[in-house]
Amino acid sequence: MNDTVSTTVAAAAGSPVDGPLATVAIVISLAVALWALVAAVRHRPPDRIQFVGLAVLEVALLALTVVALVALGGGERPGEPGAFFGYLATLVCLPPLAWVLARMEPTRWGSGIVCAICLVTPVVAVRLQQTWEALGG
Amino acid sequence: MADTTTAHEHRATNRGPGRLLIAVYIVFAIAATSRAGLQIATKFDEAPVAYLLSAVAALIYIVAAVGLARAGHAGRRVALACCAVELVGVLGVGVLSIADKELFPDETVWSGFGSGYGYVPLVLPVLGLFWLWRTRRDPA
Repeated sequence: MNDTVSTTVAAAAGSPVDGPLATVAIVISLAVALWALVAAVRHRPPDRIQFVGLAVLEVALLALTVVALVALGGGERPGEPGAFFGYLATLVCLPPLAWVLARMEPTRWGSGIVCAICLVTPVVAVRLQQTWEALGG
Repeated sequence: MADTTTAHEHRATNRGPGRLLIAVYIVFAIAATSRAGLQIATKFDEAPVAYLLSAVAALIYIVAAVGLARAGHAGRRVALACCAVELVGVLGVGVLSIADKELFPDETVWSGFGSGYGYVPLVLPVLGLFWLWRTRRDPA
């Protein structure tokens, strides 16, 4: 019975990685990228807003991962499993990587690192969605 | 304005723009490693050449990032070798993947000159070599 319920819910929701949560993550990422870009252009090191932004982004990505894992637990499968898990693993590593490197580099280039990684994140998120939907279903 | 940094700072490959370069290398290392690892583990038989090549590329990205981050004499040499291999690899595989599609039935990081990754794999070794040249020790 449990299976029937989860399948119905999943079918109604469509792809688990394509929803408001993914959109929020992408928007946060782009906003942080823009903020960091302005900081880099103005020769400013990464500020508190960038670090808070990275933390919020990571929380959103982890939530997205949980949603995807729950869907997998419910029997759903991505279209291209290899690429999907590769992108998922990459995705959750990105904000912590930006955080650590930005901490090590308290110059404009630290902001540059945050900007670059926050521009990569939405690309990886979109690829993640594409690898789920590869089978068209 | 940016050139007011001292000569000493100029020599370190792991400072300033170098750290940004290292960040991009690490991103590619993670992406290529996780993808190649899973492809080899789950469907190696489908395209062994492509997946092994992806694994080699991943390894080179990791070693290049470490080389740049170490910033010593040995680190520079390692980074130089990695960037050179990368450039040759991305150009070679780029040409081969267009000339002979049979050879690489599945995408690799370097297929089509890295077109699947926004041509970053092509730009990255060039930036790496440029950065190593910029931070070189003056012979005098």
